[in-house]
Amino acid sequence: MRVNLKVWRQPGPHARGEFKTYATPDLNPDMSFLEMLDVVNDELTLKGEEPIAFAHDCREGICGTCSLVINGKPHGPHRAVASCQTYVRSFKDGETITIEPFRAKPFPVIRDLVTDRTAFDRIMSVGGYVSVRTGAAPDANSIPISKIDSDRAMDAAQCIGCGACVAACKNASAMLFVSAKVGHLGLLPQGQPERYRRVLAMVNAMDDEGFGNCTVTGSCAAVCPKEINLDFITRMNRDYLVALVQEGVGRKGAKEGAGG
Amino acid sequence: MKLESKIPAGPLEQKWTKHLGSIRLVNPANKRKYEIIVVGAGLAGASAAASLAELGYKVKCVIYHDTGRRAHSVAAQGGINAAKNYQNDGDSVHRLFYDTIKGGDYRAREANVHRLAEVSVKIIDQCVAQGVPFAREYGGLLANRSFGGAQVSRTFYARGQTGQQLLLGAYSALIRMVGAGSVEMLAHEEMMDVVVINGQARGIICRNLLSGQVTRHSADAVVLATGGYGNVFNLSTYGRLSNCTAIWRAYKRGACFANPCFTQIHPTCIPVSGDYQSKLTLMSESLRNDGRIWVPKKGADAKRRPGDIAEEDRDYYLERMYPAYGNLAPRDISSRAAKKVCDEGRGVGESGLGVYLDFSDSIRRLGESAVRERYGNLFDIYREITNEDAYKAPMRIFPAVHYTMGGLWVDYNLMSSIPGLFVLGEANFSDHGANRLGASALMQGLADGYFVIPYTIGDYIAGIKPGSRPSTDAPEFVAAEAQVTGTVQRLLSVKGRQPVSHFHKRLGKILWDRCGMARNARGLEQGLREIPALREEFWANVNVPGDGGTLNQSLESAHRVADFLELGELLCRDALSRDESCGCHFREEHVDAEGECDRNDDDYAYVAAWEYAGEGKAPILNKEPLVYESAKMVKRNYK
Repeated sequence: MRVNLKVWRQPGPHARGEFKTYATPDLNPDMSFLEMLDVVNDELTLKGEEPIAFAHDCREGICGTCSLVINGKPHGPHRAVASCQTYVRSFKDGETITIEPFRAKPFPVIRDLVTDRTAFDRIMSVGGYVSVRTGAAPDANSIPISKIDSDRAMDAAQCIGCGACVAACKNASAMLFVSAKVGHLGLLPQGQPERYRRVLAMVNAMDDEGFGNCTVTGSCAAVCPKEINLDFITRMNRDYLVALVQEGVGRKGAKEGAGG
Repeated sequence: MKLESKIPAGPLEQKWTKHLGSIRLVNPANKRKYEIIVVGAGLAGASAAASLAELGYKVKCVIYHDTGRRAHSVAAQGGINAAKNYQNDGDSVHRLFYDTIKGGDYRAREANVHRLAEVSVKIIDQCVAQGVPFAREYGGLLANRSFGGAQVSRTFYARGQTGQQLLLGAYSALIRMVGAGSVEMLAHEEMMDVVVINGQARGIICRNLLSGQVTRHSADAVVLATGGYGNVFNLSTYGRLSNCTAIWRAYKRGACFANPCFTQIHPTCIPVSGDYQSKLTLMSESLRNDGRIWVPKKGADAKRRPGDIAEEDRDYYLERMYPAYGNLAPRDISSRAAKKVCDEGRGVGESGLGVYLDFSDSIRRLGESAVRERYGNLFDIYREITNEDAYKAPMRIFPAVHYTMGGLWVDYNLMSSIPGLFVLGEANFSDHGANRLGASALMQGLADGYFVIPYTIGDYIAGIKPGSRPSTDAPEFVAAEAQVTGTVQRLLSVKGRQPVSHFHKRLGKILWDRCGMARNARGLEQGLREIPALREEFWANVNVPGDGGTLNQSLESAHRVADFLELGELLCRDALSRDESCGCHFREEHVDAEGECDRNDDDYAYVAAWEYAGEGKAPILNKEPLVYESAKMVKRNYK
């Protein structure tokens, strides 16, 4: 089969981008979507054109590097998979497929389909951890954790940090990502001592990075390759409220007091 | 070169404890005066960078990804071993040590392996404290499963995503130190060279992948945690970006490369479907806990539907050949057995290069939902790739390149033959000998990063005067930078007629045929002629479009493939010089009466540490003898 690819081309972060259309050579339906791009790129190279830049690495849906908007949907037509786990057999012979980068102000385009998602790291660096030094841990079985809590923590911890949730959201909100991180640690006993400090710091950092607000339309969860549930946003909002009462308001008051 | 392994004296069980008590320490107030560069942020790199920063050192962490969460440790599925004996099934530090030594076919360094088994228990504690959501039983305690090469259940796991969860744990420790200002992350930077001044590693040269800018970084010590080199075969279970550039450039600066031909071929991967293929996907070894591997007894049945083949016409060949371990025989043995039955014409699938991994017995015994709970995500991956439902028909699997036991030579302190250059995780050669057991890669990466390097690096740093870091204007830095810029220009200016991938595919094919699951002198000699010819062709005919001043993925990959084209030759050379069979290294000339490896301890009980001798010259083979004080070198037996 053959398809046409309508691809976003942008030579650099500050350059103007545009769509260009390429006809693919004959494809095997069992090829992955990224393997199709490899083949097209090799052809472009031989023709003396610049290949299409796209982010990828593990090609098995776990590293979170690949980040294509395929026919308007982050990670393409199927639920619960990343771009790299999308296969050519999902498209029709002769179809024109539109490919764009994840679009959001906090994810500026680096080139073509590659965006800069380091904003997530900056959010993580203010609280996405348990403060435990190497070597300071008690025996692993000293704190039993109910299987239910542990399984739910794992549901959140599966997040691969790809940013599809942001790309899908009309407000470019990062709430699903941040709530998955906050939810994972907040469900475990090890995460309790820093639970409220964490949520406050990470939500503030998220706002500072320019991510928008959540209006709970659920588009994020619909495209999430790991099916992170919207419930984690609810959990985070509850924790955020408690945190505001517990320390946020207190600290703000103290600050204002000192300033006055 | 004289290789000093620096194995401490004393009984095996006490070496590490005694060593810890006797190595030099660095005054806490002085630590911040030292700068350490850690290259890579997979399990070994992230855990090392975080732990060193916690101790007070200034740390720079260099990664080619955008974030540390992407390193290929993330893809490890099945689990991590530790001698906790939570199952009360007779596990102990000694047993984990012994299984690992035996699994590696007596080609690993005994003292390192024992240390690995000792610290394994602390790794699990550390990860749980970070919030790694390991699988648990209803009582709230940690669950375990079994892996190949062991008769106890010592593998801890987080669904089929253990590597991801451990990496996120190590990443969280690292990002905490980034937030605290103790680690400077250099993202999108590829290490292109090690700078050696007066015989010591004193810095690195990086190339920014977004801007093309080449920069110099000086340091008091350099730690490489850059992973394995399995992508030299092109098709493998590695991430596409995994490469050998950092360790290869270090080799060319004087770090010995040990046992390069020890490459692990994993028995359970999804078979190749076409020549466009860019990677192979692993189906976790944990599946062998409940799946049974078989092929038809008669080649004539190979093309029939599996469900139409009667029970008595099936050959559960691992259970038949290795009754004691059955489907959980070690990886090298299981892979070779799969090759053997396929060579006999009994392989299944369109290509005939496949065997069945069948869950129907387990589904009958445990119910589909229990199987789904244990392996659901793996069955999902299988369906995405093959469009087949493994709950209804058996999976088809075939061996694929998965890991490299070889790597840069290191001493007991994980220091390479360049003083000040340390190597951790898969990038070093240390602990797995000629075959790695399942669930031991994660264990070694984290052992090296959390519990070995933070101590052993101090012993080296204590000998360096604080504030003696060289200026990046030193002639060695200038020369190394010029060399990197020169290579970039050279690659861009060939303007030949073939894309980089063309050469990578051909190199992979040569190595798979000549230096894969079975090797012989004739094939290896052929490989040694083919690879230099291909390399010459690459430099005459490669086409790298674009320029060096923006994100240029063709250029990135051209650098990596150029290094693979050199490394591939060393693999064949090493495989040819090791004229015995051991573990993964199966020389067809050395097979015993039962078709197993015929090891030769009299002549080959050594680590082959290759030393670079200069462009166009044959490398020098240095031998570190393997002296076993505790384990006895006996024939591996899994029957």
